[in-house]
Amino acid sequence: MTAPAAPPDFRAGAAAALADPKLRANFRRAMDGLMAKRAALFADPAEWRSLRALGAAIRARSLARLPELLERLEERLRANGIQVHWAETTAEANAAVLAILRARGATRVVKGKSMVSEEMHLNAFLDAHGVESLESDLGEYVVQLDGEMPSHIIMPCIHKDGRQIARLFGEKIRGARYTEDVDELTAMARRVLRAKFQEADAGISGVNIAVAETGTLVLIENEGNGRMSTHVPPVHVALMGIEKVVERLEDVPPLLALLCRSATGQTITTYTNLISGPRAAGELDGPREVHLVILDNGRSRIFADPELRATLRCIRCGACMNHCPVYTRVGGHAYQAVYPGPIGKILIPQTEGLKLRRELPQASSLCGACVEVCPVEIPITELLLRLRREAAHPDPGSPVLQAGEARAPVEDRTWAAWRRVFASPRVYRLVSRLATRLRWLPPPRLGPLRAWTGARSAPRPARRTLHELARRDGVPDA
Amino acid sequence: MPDLPAASPRERILGRLRAAAPAAQPPAPGDAAHGAGTAQGAGSAHGAGTAHPANAANTAGTASSASSASTAVLAAKTWPPAERIARLRRCMEAVRAEFVEATAATWPAAVRELLRGAGARTLWAGAGDPLAAPLAAAGADGGAPALRLFDRPVEELKAALFATADAGITTCLGGIAETGGLILCPSPGEPRLLSLVPPIHLVLLDPARIWDTLWHAVRDLGWSRTLPANALVISGPSKTADIEQTLAYGVHGPKRLIVVLVPGAPG
Repeated sequence: MTAPAAPPDFRAGAAAALADPKLRANFRRAMDGLMAKRAALFADPAEWRSLRALGAAIRARSLARLPELLERLEERLRANGIQVHWAETTAEANAAVLAILRARGATRVVKGKSMVSEEMHLNAFLDAHGVESLESDLGEYVVQLDGEMPSHIIMPCIHKDGRQIARLFGEKIRGARYTEDVDELTAMARRVLRAKFQEADAGISGVNIAVAETGTLVLIENEGNGRMSTHVPPVHVALMGIEKVVERLEDVPPLLALLCRSATGQTITTYTNLISGPRAAGELDGPREVHLVILDNGRSRIFADPELRATLRCIRCGACMNHCPVYTRVGGHAYQAVYPGPIGKILIPQTEGLKLRRELPQASSLCGACVEVCPVEIPITELLLRLRREAAHPDPGSPVLQAGEARAPVEDRTWAAWRRVFASPRVYRLVSRLATRLRWLPPPRLGPLRAWTGARSAPRPARRTLHELARRDGVPDA
Repeated sequence: MPDLPAASPRERILGRLRAAAPAAQPPAPGDAAHGAGTAQGAGSAHGAGTAHPANAANTAGTASSASSASTAVLAAKTWPPAERIARLRRCMEAVRAEFVEATAATWPAAVRELLRGAGARTLWAGAGDPLAAPLAAAGADGGAPALRLFDRPVEELKAALFATADAGITTCLGGIAETGGLILCPSPGEPRLLSLVPPIHLVLLDPARIWDTLWHAVRDLGWSRTLPANALVISGPSKTADIEQTLAYGVHGPKRLIVVLVPGAPG
């Protein structure tokens, strides 16, 4: 679960995934199921439109007042007895977590699911510093056992089928016997993790929504591992990105309705956990300390641009990847990114750089399926186009990381040639006549055009140019 | 973590956000077109620092036209009181919650009989819980299940709770009709882990205390002004679909959630 050492290569990842029929079948089956379950819960189009308009308005309103709401959140959390830490980078966030753990002598940590912790590569960091950090969400536990990254932000081990998980448990869990029965596999994980929850010195979790007015951290889940991680150990450390805050508690129910239905096709998760403080006076259980680490990691740069800011509305439901024809075919690992799929294609290039991640904004057919299902109306295709443009030709004063650094000289030369041809009638006539007369030549397989014909059939020019056909039919030259 | 002014991550992050924030709040000079049709514009009209919990119902409506149109979508979700419990029950039974009907007089015996049938040997309850005394009275004969009170800090009870608790019982504030779900507020008298660690969780629910939606409940309970350290909604037993999207119950939390319907139940 470490960051890929070599520069990320989406093409290679996609090619490998496409050559793996088992992986493709696993994703196809899972995505079809998730799409059907979601659609059944948004059967009333009028309700869907009103609810998502409300969700989008709440997220946009929260972002419009982000600095003020973060300050209010901090003030309320502190008043409630929750300690707040700020981190500009993932390195600072990791250091903050480690400092909290070291101060309490904590060496055994259980974790609820947290995508921010994936951004931080927290498990690897803690492991390197002598702290055992164990994932307790079943899917996260599976990928951690196999030394992988999650392939989906909601369903981390969706790329594996039951047999692969059965083999993994048989190999890695002491005393386990091989079984493909899902209930037995689940019981095995329960047995291992229940012991870990009891002995853990600290629990780490993410945050789905933070409420400024009450100083509340909202966490939703189905398994109970989130509650185990946040309520059983003596210390709870929550991690969140700066964008997670909303103004009022009343903003929470509509966002949760959109999140649960969009993510897994549930109207509500098994547990909706509102944490507004550590163990209160007189209480007999609950953590004695609760900490919140607020991570920037490039988000404030995204915030600075009024158009790109919509990226930060995301509530991490995963519906965009469930409906993406590219994600469904190549799966989550091909992106070699913490956030795969459409949201990753706009978020990752902004946080990691347009040069390093130049392939991601291109890895889309712009079909707009993600935009149709986004519960907070993020204009993903528009942002993809913006990032494609800025990769080569940055807007003046662009806040985008590595804007203009992914410029391809071949592409520039191609467009320059195109311009020359279309700007001069004489050159245009010459080139179009040449193309029609040389149509018998095989389409180019080498040189710069290979980038095009490598994945597409080359167009074959017509026998006669349009001008020649028009003249033949008696249409006068303009 | 001490906040070192100007040099701290906090100040640098907030500084960048503050510097950028006005750019997105029209009307900016010479930028009248920007923000049209978005909620950001209208939202900013509220200005900074306006907290008005007493008038919370109206603030969403004035934040933007989109938002005012859509809070209606929440407010419109209502069911006649008599239908709410039926809907809650249908929703929760669909995710394998179980229901038992009893009265204020019969529930302790009903609960004990049910647990005997499930082979449960110990039932845990909060020491300061209104449920503890009736349960103790019903179990005075010394038969199974034995009542065990959560009467000390969890540090002293953790091992026993994990190793021997077969069932835990709690009250709830009420239910949610739209999605199914019970609202719990753990307290000194009713610790958090009673509803999490034992494999069977029993909850007493007054069938008359059902809100239409979570949104209605949050408003009615006045939670925007004061929230307990922990509050939660539970809609069924613990479950997962992480392995091949196949539903499996009882992964980390309770394997069974049993709702005992008792008119006039404490909560």
